[in-house]
Amino acid sequence: MKKLLVALVTLLPTLVFAAGPSVHLDKANIDLTDKASLQRGAQLFMNYCLGCHQMQYQRYNSTFEDIGVPLELGQENLQFTGDKAGDLITNNMPAEKAASWFGNPPPDLTMVSRVRGKDWIYTYLRSFYRDDSRPFGVNNVVFPNVGMPHVLQELQGLPERTHEERMIDGEMKDVYVGLKSDGTGALSAGEYDQAVLDLTNFLVYTGEPMKLERTRIGWFVFGFLLVFTLLAWFLKKEFWKDVK
Amino acid sequence: MFKRFVEWMDARIPMTKTWNIHLAQYPAPKNFNFWYVFGVLAMLVLVNQILTGVWLTMNYVPSSEGAFASVEYIMRDIEYGWLLRYMHSTGASAFFVVVYLHMFRGMMYGSYQKPRELLWIFGMLIFLVLMAEAFMGYLLPWGQMSYWGAQVIISLFGAIPFVGDDLTLWIRGDYVISGATLNRFFALHVIALPLVLVILVFLHIIALHEVGSNNPDGIEVKKKKGTVDDAEKPKFKFHERFTKKYDIVDAIPFYPYYIVKDLVAIGIFLFAFCYVIFFNPEMGGFFLEPPNFEPANPLKTPEHIAPVWYFTPFYAILRAVPDKLFGVILMFAAIVMLALLPWLDRCKVRSVRFRSALHKVNLTVFAISFIVLGYLGTQPATPTATRIAQIFTLLYFGFFILLWFYSKREKTKPLPERLTS
Amino acid sequence: MSNAPVDKGRRRFLTVATSVVGGAGAVGVAVPFIASWNPSLRAKNAGAPVEVTGLSKLEDGGIIRVEWRGQPVWVVRRSPEMLEALPEHDDRLRDPKSEEPQQPEYATNEYRSIKKEIFVAVGICTHLGCSPQYLPEEMGDHVNGVQAGFFCPCHGSTYDIAGRVFEGVPAPLNLVVPPHYYVDDNTILVGEDKGQA
Repeated sequence: MKKLLVALVTLLPTLVFAAGPSVHLDKANIDLTDKASLQRGAQLFMNYCLGCHQMQYQRYNSTFEDIGVPLELGQENLQFTGDKAGDLITNNMPAEKAASWFGNPPPDLTMVSRVRGKDWIYTYLRSFYRDDSRPFGVNNVVFPNVGMPHVLQELQGLPERTHEERMIDGEMKDVYVGLKSDGTGALSAGEYDQAVLDLTNFLVYTGEPMKLERTRIGWFVFGFLLVFTLLAWFLKKEFWKDVK
Repeated sequence: MFKRFVEWMDARIPMTKTWNIHLAQYPAPKNFNFWYVFGVLAMLVLVNQILTGVWLTMNYVPSSEGAFASVEYIMRDIEYGWLLRYMHSTGASAFFVVVYLHMFRGMMYGSYQKPRELLWIFGMLIFLVLMAEAFMGYLLPWGQMSYWGAQVIISLFGAIPFVGDDLTLWIRGDYVISGATLNRFFALHVIALPLVLVILVFLHIIALHEVGSNNPDGIEVKKKKGTVDDAEKPKFKFHERFTKKYDIVDAIPFYPYYIVKDLVAIGIFLFAFCYVIFFNPEMGGFFLEPPNFEPANPLKTPEHIAPVWYFTPFYAILRAVPDKLFGVILMFAAIVMLALLPWLDRCKVRSVRFRSALHKVNLTVFAISFIVLGYLGTQPATPTATRIAQIFTLLYFGFFILLWFYSKREKTKPLPERLTS
Repeated sequence: MSNAPVDKGRRRFLTVATSVVGGAGAVGVAVPFIASWNPSLRAKNAGAPVEVTGLSKLEDGGIIRVEWRGQPVWVVRRSPEMLEALPEHDDRLRDPKSEEPQQPEYATNEYRSIKKEIFVAVGICTHLGCSPQYLPEEMGDHVNGVQAGFFCPCHGSTYDIAGRVFEGVPAPLNLVVPPHYYVDDNTILVGEDKGQA
């Protein structure tokens, strides 16, 4: 029994590790209350993502309201599809054709943050690199052999895998040390990270638009429960004086 | 006014009598501890599930084309739809939390022993129906995990010799899981099974109140008529149904004493429940699994399929066996064993408090096995994990087998005459 | 058994306090259940205000029918003769002065409209919800001496060209004038008062 427990204790961490993601993910420090960031993220999404990826469970007008964009301004600058303010955020790409263009139809992104997690999105969009063997000339560290082009290339430029000579175990070895952009993008590395963070923030918002309201109500509920439980506790003590 | 109303009702239906027999004059042992709140909590969760379930049905679309989108419609377009949905999804997991603790309470204090065998069997039936209910409900959002989880579990029936393949086809109503499967699961989930569940819960409580509640000491509060001095009897009035044949000691009326105590338990439970609903509805992927936010896709299996946590102990047993049929048999046997407890345990002493050290260890090992198997069931099946699962599967079944052998001539501590605390 | 006397006041107070707080909790729980029956965002968006254009091309006696919140809405251009004939049958109407709140304040006048020649109404009979027919010429078949109006085929209710109901028919009230305003001379927005939202 004891032996078994020891074996278990030593094994469990490895099991946990085995289940984790194989690639290191950078932490996305998003802030859902930062409306400016959400607005920039929405702009990036509408301009770069919506061409292929729909957000078919989310409506334009509710989105504008939640991220603090006046309806008319939003319709003018952020709504390129659908004509009514209450329309869902869809595109007109036929699904069958999309499948033949990309191998798979581009997935809907409304809840991608709940499927993949915010860190994954943040890292993924910063992990494209040049790979001439791929149909779109790029590959991705987080999503190997990804079927999509690097749509943000005009912002980031085209990163290359960089290698370095390093001393390992007394031997000089060629080690992969990360990605480095060729500098042809419109943004600096720091600006690009911020842009991706904004986009991630927006995608986290669309995954669960009611998240802020949910936690806000939660605190009220906790307050109520505290009062109720305390009263019930005193009530119980009072009645149980009869029981000895 | 009120009094006349009650009289009018009582002349037509046994209202006051029922209230007295089951609440105000029902003798409950006075030493119920922490472990005795989970029955009431299960009741609370059942009510929550029925109410939120009815309300979700109002906007849910049971079709393979519309199901996924209708869930998001509820989440985004219906006022407070997200709250109703999270109450239901959290309630599903909470149900199993409280039911597992409730069952373990029964195992610790021997609440399955004579004369409570039928009570225990009703409980096991509730557990079975609950599992069917949860399984079918999990298909309804029509996400990736809904689809592939159902695929795996329905395929289990394919292991049955001769009829397996035909049976799986019949359950699905199609060559794959499809709208036909979804619609029949929907019908069962929202109408048939809840009906059965409510009837079983009713029978469970009727059976409980017929034999009386067990308690942490595992001794009866009913003494032979005439053996107890009047000074020793509680000052409370119990219904003559209970006092006619017995002298009752160390008991208190369920109402108000346990009602007010349960209110405290409900308050504390709701803290945890509402924490999940409002602050962590996915509960780290255990209550709502990430792949289920992607619509079902029959052409693409998620990288790692794990059932929801409450099925994982049994799922781990299934995977621990290298043979398909035997694995399925063992998995069902794991539940049947529990149902057989009243007859496997041949000891006359109920509570673990007065039983042998061997039994205490055995029960602890069982609990640990259940938890470890549950954890392993959530993880990918690596060779090491499978080996560990096999060990703990043996320990799980070992509990029942050992129990049968040692319980007949177990060295128990002397039982007290009266409740100890 | 403890023999300490029971503090009845304290017991009663705690019982009442817990019941009241618990009751408040029950009311709070009921809120999402009740609120979820309100029109969803989808319904609200589908019921959004509707723009009606082409008023300047609408001839005298012409009608534009649009759908707003799933109901027919009529926009009728009334000819000068129709307008002149309006006061002539006031004595045969149930509510000639439009005293019942069947129209927004800005349409509470003798023409029941913002501009007297353009009449906007929900085309649903106030009796049992059928949609009346628009009869620009043949209303005289149903009401003596009245040329233009609306006639409900279901139970024979009759309205004049301002949507005012005649006496002696089952419909109790005048036709509803929906909230609306002029975006410009050619366009009306149905479903919203001016300056709202």
